[in-house]
Amino acid sequence: MKITNLVIALSLAALASPAFAQGKLNVIAATEDLASIGREVGGDNITIESIAKGYQDPHFVEAKPSFILKLQKADVLIVVGRELEIGWLPPLIQQSRNGKIQVGAQGYLDASLHASILELPTGQITRAMGDVHPQGNPHYWLDPENGKRIAKDIADKFSSLRPNDRAYFEQRLADFTGRLDAAEKRWLASMAPYKGTKIVTYHRSFPNFAERFGLEIVGYVEPRPGIPPSPQHTLDLINEMKRQNIKLVLVEPYFDLKTPNAIGRETGAQVLVMPPSVGGVKEVPDYLKLFDYDINLLMDAIKKSGAK
Amino acid sequence: MRIAQIMCASLVTGLIVMPAAASAQDVQALRQEIDQLRKDIDRLNQEYAARLAALEAKLAGAPPPAEQPAPQPAAVPPAVAPEAQPSIATSAQAIAAGSKVFNPDMAVIGDFLGAAGTNPVHPDPFSLGGDHPNALQMHESEASFQAVVDPYARADFFISFGEEGVDLEEGFVTFTSLPGGLLTRVGKMRAAFGKVNSLHNHVLPWADRPLVTYNLVGGEDGIDDAGISVARLIPNPWLFLEATGQVFRGDSGGEGSPLFATTRRSELSYVTHLRGYQDITEDSNIDLGFSYSYGHNGIVNPAGDGSLATQLYGIDGTFRWRPLQRSIYHSFIARSEWIWSRRDQAAELGGLQVADGGYVSGDYQLARRWFAGARLDRSGHPDNASITDTGASLLLTYWPSEFSQVRAQYRHTNYGVGATANELLFQFQFSIGAHGAHPF
Repeated sequence: MKITNLVIALSLAALASPAFAQGKLNVIAATEDLASIGREVGGDNITIESIAKGYQDPHFVEAKPSFILKLQKADVLIVVGRELEIGWLPPLIQQSRNGKIQVGAQGYLDASLHASILELPTGQITRAMGDVHPQGNPHYWLDPENGKRIAKDIADKFSSLRPNDRAYFEQRLADFTGRLDAAEKRWLASMAPYKGTKIVTYHRSFPNFAERFGLEIVGYVEPRPGIPPSPQHTLDLINEMKRQNIKLVLVEPYFDLKTPNAIGRETGAQVLVMPPSVGGVKEVPDYLKLFDYDINLLMDAIKKSGAK
Repeated sequence: MRIAQIMCASLVTGLIVMPAAASAQDVQALRQEIDQLRKDIDRLNQEYAARLAALEAKLAGAPPPAEQPAPQPAAVPPAVAPEAQPSIATSAQAIAAGSKVFNPDMAVIGDFLGAAGTNPVHPDPFSLGGDHPNALQMHESEASFQAVVDPYARADFFISFGEEGVDLEEGFVTFTSLPGGLLTRVGKMRAAFGKVNSLHNHVLPWADRPLVTYNLVGGEDGIDDAGISVARLIPNPWLFLEATGQVFRGDSGGEGSPLFATTRRSELSYVTHLRGYQDITEDSNIDLGFSYSYGHNGIVNPAGDGSLATQLYGIDGTFRWRPLQRSIYHSFIARSEWIWSRRDQAAELGGLQVADGGYVSGDYQLARRWFAGARLDRSGHPDNASITDTGASLLLTYWPSEFSQVRAQYRHTNYGVGATANELLFQFQFSIGAHGAHPF
């Protein structure tokens, strides 16, 4: 009898099709960085939520069914792209039953399309290189110039879906871009004295950041992307750091600190837990504060070590 | 049988009712869209007429072509450029320009299995039917082909190559955006009965499958049949609730693991599944399922025509813990399924047999690459409920990278017929090609 009830409930529920109201755009972003930029542009005319948290590894998010419920009701899905989310987003999109956000549909926005992308592989690539991203490094949001491009794409997407609110989105975009421009000048000015500082990072999360702010990444704690540190590689890295007198190791908040700390002890380098994403630490609630926090952290460390 | 008929009817009504409900609402929107299109076309016509006139005027006024053709190409791009928006060609576009861009995502996963120790009851360590000892075997090479078909559907093929012979493990089309939120699959697929039945070998946390799968749910392939599946989310304010209804041809189960065998067209088999999922915290969640399946078992019905029926009932539960900030280093999954089988048999075979079985298992991730696990098994026999087998396994798995793993499993089995097996199973898995999704 239970099954009969279920069937009736199913049929009734199926009859009530969703209402198409021109209310607030319901936006889901893959990461908190995109959610933050989306919030800047969309203001009160959208609701926005992210799937991945800033303090978790964005390559390894679990495809939880609760995310399916979020995607089911979304008007727009903003993804980082460049295969960052390849391990978890495709099944979520597929099971969302939402035609609006399928790849290539009107509500699907790949935020990387106009961004400047680094580490685009040339020549043959194989998995012997680790978990390489064939479409380039997906951590491109860590350059404020790319932040502006992402914001522009988001504003265009919102405007195309809510043409009546175009002026509102454009105005907010202009405001955000203006604030970002001013802040970027400030950040560049404060980092200028430390141009050329050599650093080591855990994963390849910071190439765009390093390029914009004049840092030189000399090595990685991971021997290859996605491959955990090996003793031999760690030894080589320590020797290289000693040779080049490198005094900074940047670690994303979701990586274990054991190996970086060991490297720090051997070389005298400082180990900094540096969030690559909004929400990575609680002092970083939005996109602008992400750079504020990271740049302050770096400057303090560089001053302390006197490294160059 | 009544339940089966109701399910079938509901599937059909569900499918038919949907488009009708949507169309009434869409008419208005369509009308507006057509109006808009009409305006766009008018505007385009005018623009083209103007541009054509301008070109004609230019041609008429231009000097006759000289002996050597003037460097005209320069004049061509600007005519096109305003339309194409001369932005920097992005790398994605450049990549997309390749002619292979519409090829499906392809991958091959190799599953190599080995066994040591003895098993007097089932010499083949991974099948109830075979009698070859199979100390080493290239158990399966699974090729997958996955791509989007068109704006409405995607297709997934999983072709499983044994050392000899090929089997279509799954091959189906999924309609991703049907009205009414129906997720519909058509093709051959693993049925949504419980948890393990729908999982491919390479995503299992064990080298083998639980005893209950071999005994009651059709062996390694399980309920894997050609049919139609419809799944819908049931809206409610509390939890993720998904109901699935499936209709299959009616053939499932392998050698030594009989389940469904059809003798006529009307003897379809059915699977229904209700899944509830809830996040407990952001680090932990619980997943519960109820399953029912009905099909014919190929035993001639002495009282009438056709064959007798087998019914399966199942409950499954999964608890997952994975701390978000250290998600790549530590996790724990506890899972359990219990299944009841009611198999109707002719009187000389003992009549109706009611057997049950299940497993409880736990897997803990010790470090980024290391997993330890344990599993307890118990299962009756579908065709002779008086026999019950029990077992226990211990496991250790090492992942060199996301794309390969090495596993060892100690398996102890007490067979109801009065024999004991102690085996060491080991497994190498490796995958090449497109990056697949991580299982959840």
